[in-house]
Amino acid sequence: MQKNFHFKTAFIILCIISISLITLNIYLPKKEVDAFSSQVLSRGSTGQDVKELQERLIFIGFLNDKPDGVFGWNTYWALRNFQKEFGMKVDGIAGTKLKEKLTKATKNYKGNTANNTSNNNNTSNNNNMPAKPNTNNPNNSNAKPNNKPIANAPNGYTDNDIKLMANAVYGESRGEPYIGQVAVAAVILNRLTNASFPNSIAGVIYQPGAFTAVADGQINLTPNAQAKKAVIDAINGWDPTTGCIYYYNPKTATNQWIRGRPIILTIGQHIFCK
Amino acid sequence: MKGSWIVAGVLGAALIGTGYWGYTQNRDLKEMNLKAENNYQRAFNELTFDMDLLHDKIGTTLAMNSRTSLSPALADVWRLSIQAKSDIAQLPLKFVPFDKTQAFLTGVGNFSYKTAVRDLNKEPLTAKEYSNLRNIYSTAEKIQDGLRNVQTNIMNKNLSWIDVGQMSAERKAPRDNSIVDGFKHIEQVKATTDNDFGPTFSNGQEESKGLKKLTGKKIDENEAKKIAEDAVPLKNVTKIQATRSKSDNDRFEPFYSVTMAHNNPVADTYMEITETAGLPIFFITNRPIAKQQISLDDAVKKGLSYLNSKNYKNMELYDSSQYDTIGVLQMVKSIDDVRIYPEAIQLKVALDNGQIIGFNAKNYITSNHVRKIPTPKLTLEQARAKLNKNVKVEEERLAIILNDFNKEVLTYEFLGTYNHDTYDIFINSTTGDEEKVKKL
Repeated sequence: MQKNFHFKTAFIILCIISISLITLNIYLPKKEVDAFSSQVLSRGSTGQDVKELQERLIFIGFLNDKPDGVFGWNTYWALRNFQKEFGMKVDGIAGTKLKEKLTKATKNYKGNTANNTSNNNNTSNNNNMPAKPNTNNPNNSNAKPNNKPIANAPNGYTDNDIKLMANAVYGESRGEPYIGQVAVAAVILNRLTNASFPNSIAGVIYQPGAFTAVADGQINLTPNAQAKKAVIDAINGWDPTTGCIYYYNPKTATNQWIRGRPIILTIGQHIFCK
Repeated sequence: MKGSWIVAGVLGAALIGTGYWGYTQNRDLKEMNLKAENNYQRAFNELTFDMDLLHDKIGTTLAMNSRTSLSPALADVWRLSIQAKSDIAQLPLKFVPFDKTQAFLTGVGNFSYKTAVRDLNKEPLTAKEYSNLRNIYSTAEKIQDGLRNVQTNIMNKNLSWIDVGQMSAERKAPRDNSIVDGFKHIEQVKATTDNDFGPTFSNGQEESKGLKKLTGKKIDENEAKKIAEDAVPLKNVTKIQATRSKSDNDRFEPFYSVTMAHNNPVADTYMEITETAGLPIFFITNRPIAKQQISLDDAVKKGLSYLNSKNYKNMELYDSSQYDTIGVLQMVKSIDDVRIYPEAIQLKVALDNGQIIGFNAKNYITSNHVRKIPTPKLTLEQARAKLNKNVKVEEERLAIILNDFNKEVLTYEFLGTYNHDTYDIFINSTTGDEEKVKKL
């Protein structure tokens, strides 16, 4: 009797699951139309919806590139070609109208590789769940915990260059105000173009004796997000020191020679000089 | 009785253990030191060798006349000067000023590169350039002599570079100072012969980093604070402080740095303003940024309206990028459809509410002036014909850029693609030369 009861409940639950799955399947195609978020995408944008835009453009052959989630030049030209082909205004900006057109043109598009892997995790828990990547897409395209954050590096720099600089900046100035960290990053960059210093980021940072953080190993600490932000600001052109190539902490500096350089300003504990 | 024997045995074993541990530590340290010392020695000996070779090569170029032999020789000079500079960068010279010698090597590199790639049949070396070469030759000889002296001292007295490197830690001179003295001597010799290159070889990139002198009324601390509060969009200022920079020499414009603290949200802003004319150089507001609410495209609109409200007219966007929840915009002046790239302003926009949290007008301040835009000699078609045939042009326009000598030139700008890459190509509108090619 008891056994029978268990079978019954199990059967009912199974029925409920399959019915809800069927209804889900019926409603899905409609949802596909507003698969993107409402955000307008333009050159330089990053995020999951950029990735989707790229994947849809790849799907119909306008883009021949990896979907990296960064709206770069290749995506820009692909989008413009799409606009040209579909008789739209050619501006390289993905607004609501374009997204509708693109979604219509890519009806058979079924999610991306990142979503597929996240669904594989699901299927292992829930074997009768069909892999339907689109269920994930509609609303939460920006906040997906198992997607890697999209890294965008300024032109001419790789993500690793920025990491190396962030390490140096963090090791040298982690107790300093934010602007002091931007200033340290700016000094590294100013040395790159200065005749008296090496011409590569690694050359400047690892020059023997140039930075105490390198000499005492503090460069190997894991930098926080703020140090990385400071580095990106400096690369994008913010230079609080207006071209300084040296700095020192007057309390700890043992080098008499550096004290003779023309001082420009003090930020936090550091004196910056030319 | 038996017990004390055991204790003694244990203590003895411990002593032997510690002794062995100390011995291995000491041996490892010696080994590491030796490795470091060998690296330093290699770098130094390579430096002296490269300087020897550099000196000889410059000597041979002086006697050469034909293009076919001169260009490769100058290319060799270029290679050796870069090599020597890289050797120096590996030596522990923190407490030994050696920057003038390094700058000299960079200068030799720039000079020899520019002359090596030039068509010397059409444009042979001028008398001025020959005299430059002679100056370089004699300076290189002095540096070479100095290095040879140091090398002799190191070999005769068995001096160690590690000692030089450890000067800092012990705050005292190593037992024999001849390495440091030798390098100081070389640097002094170099300092007295600062006439190697003509004015065209001053480093434009370096010069452009500083602030040029401005003309106009000087502002004081209170005016600086007022300008700052006006320029920064985040209000609720709880604390504001202004200090004048110490750049009191003739070459650089002094400026005020203003720091502000805000509440609601808790944030801080740092801003710099020129003393003359009170122009905002830049500001950065550092505040926590919530979830993205507005798109990069909206941020561009916010940025343009901010610039307009602060009286930066005729600005347009030329590049934008997003870093998490921050949009960075590159704006540039455009007059009658001619882009003036030197007059650029960067903006940072918080993508939670579209507030401007960063502004940078340093380049704008240094190059802003009323200019007459010349009429181009070449037509657009003529300029396009100068491009590499494989590049597919997507966009084209007139633009003023800074060339390698830090001079403004009017160019045709072509944005084109080749394979999977996008290129920004600038063709001089008068001569048709490729002024700059950038891979984006």
